[in-house]
Amino acid sequence: MASGLHDSSISNPIVRWIDQRMPIFTMMQKEYGTFPTPRNFNYFWNFGALAMINLVIMIATGVFLAMNYTAHTSLAFDSVERIMRDVNYGWLLRYVHMNGASMFFIVVYIHIWRGLYYGSYKAPRELLWMLGVVIFLLMMATAFMGYVLPWGQMSFWGATVITNLFSAIPLVGDSIVTLLWGGFSVDNPTLNRFFSLHYLLPFVIVGVVFLHVAALHITGSNNPLGIDPKGPQDTVPFHPYYTAKDSVGMIVYFIVFAFLVFFTPNYLGHPDNYIPANPLSTPAHIVPEWYFLPFYAILRAVPNKLGGVLMMFGAIAILFVLPWLDRSPVRSMRFRPIAKWLLLLWTANFLVLMWAGGRPAEGVYVLIARLCTAYYFAYFLVILPLLSKVERPLPLPESISRAVLRGGGPLRGAAAAKPMEKA
Amino acid sequence: MADTLAPSSSHSTAGAQGPEQGTKRDFLKLVTGSFAVIGVGAIVWPFIASMNPAKDVLALASTDVDLSHVAEGQAITVMWRGKPVFVRHRTPQEVEEARSVNVSELRDPEPDDARVQKAPWLIVVGVCTHLGCVPLGQKPTDPRGDYGGWFCPCHGSEYDTSGRIRRGPAPLNLVVPEYTFTSDTQIRIG
Repeated sequence: MASGLHDSSISNPIVRWIDQRMPIFTMMQKEYGTFPTPRNFNYFWNFGALAMINLVIMIATGVFLAMNYTAHTSLAFDSVERIMRDVNYGWLLRYVHMNGASMFFIVVYIHIWRGLYYGSYKAPRELLWMLGVVIFLLMMATAFMGYVLPWGQMSFWGATVITNLFSAIPLVGDSIVTLLWGGFSVDNPTLNRFFSLHYLLPFVIVGVVFLHVAALHITGSNNPLGIDPKGPQDTVPFHPYYTAKDSVGMIVYFIVFAFLVFFTPNYLGHPDNYIPANPLSTPAHIVPEWYFLPFYAILRAVPNKLGGVLMMFGAIAILFVLPWLDRSPVRSMRFRPIAKWLLLLWTANFLVLMWAGGRPAEGVYVLIARLCTAYYFAYFLVILPLLSKVERPLPLPESISRAVLRGGGPLRGAAAAKPMEKA
Repeated sequence: MADTLAPSSSHSTAGAQGPEQGTKRDFLKLVTGSFAVIGVGAIVWPFIASMNPAKDVLALASTDVDLSHVAEGQAITVMWRGKPVFVRHRTPQEVEEARSVNVSELRDPEPDDARVQKAPWLIVVGVCTHLGCVPLGQKPTDPRGDYGGWFCPCHGSEYDTSGRIRRGPAPLNLVVPEYTFTSDTQIRIG
């Protein structure tokens, strides 16, 4: 072997030539081929791969939409209508992009919930989890700015309301808002910079996703039992076992996605956004997209401008410190008889917040939003730290293979280990 | 046992049905692969199609030109599909020049009467067939080259009074667009 060349095990001479100089094929084989993965994944473990696919779909449709979009206040709305009516398959690209944003949040919410339920945020995966929260924040910023681009009524007033959140900051708030706008109201400079950033941020997300996956491949995946694999009998190679399992989830995902795009493309949107932006008249009932509603409900639940803004951002910021709030060494909620039910209650609570965020901010809705906001934070700040001390978890299984192979002995384990050696 | 669990069958074909026949796994791989290829193709199609001219672009693809105010010897330039079209009202002498040429000696042999519908009216796309510059010769003060038609300033191609290439690097005559006379003094290009 010549010095300096990677010792490649690939036989195809052309691929080998590349692999010796830049071992990406060896790396792919190691990280996605033979990568030892816990053998007991359930379908919740599909959602990382689905999120990845969704990101690719959003970037692909977005790049092609940008070829026909004009980021100017007097042309933006019409250019979107032109995409819908005149551009070949423009309606398809836009509806896929529009509903793709909703699908992305559905997938990512389930992905995050999976982490909450199976304790994927706990040591040694704290950084992996935090990178995930960064991706979530970037997604929210990207989605918000994307929603502004069609320059409809909801675009304009959504942009106005959300950028005004920063005016709650004492002393410098107003200057920051002027800076964000590039003027004294949401106007053409705002639209231009939002378009620029909306195009940029997805690629930043790609970068952080790369870090997220890199961190994952150091610690390895968590699994529904929350216990570490102890040897080859507890794992299977990623390919073909999880490429196949991910494909099953992918087909279901595409069915749901296609149903939205082809049968109810505007179901998750808001009709007011088909009215061109009018800076002189606010729509009567202003709501953000569904995926922001829980946080919007928290914002409105607090009867103080700065307080509401802080609570809203705090609701996401708290996820960063979650690994240190929950001190229980048991990861999976399967073995936490109390925390499990309180997390399920938290989940229902989150959905109620989502519902309350879409209702008018008056009467009983405010009360509900307040109670739910209190529980949202109490779960993280009181319940989890307290349960870490008082809860008695159920006994953990000896190993993954023992649990999933129903007491399968070393013989079974040895046979099952074979494919890994071959692959 | 090991074969049924093996993720990769490429090394174990002999086990199942002999090397001649494909295994069940080969069949599944083929079906999955074809499904993926067809699926990706179906997804790629609308993306590529979206780059073709949109309906509003196609709707503006023809241009009406009024010829009544173009005097003999005069030329006008009209915009058609984002490109200049030269409309030249040729003098009888220019027509004579264009028709007296020995067609077989031309680089892109084409008789003048195949390039016009009515002898005085020459209508050609004003884009040099070399590399796409707009040739000079529309104004009386422009250089028209040695053949009285157009001269391309970029690389020196010269066209005659029928818009045919006579000298220089361009390979073909100026393109005659599709057009019809909608009346004696009106044409529709495209």
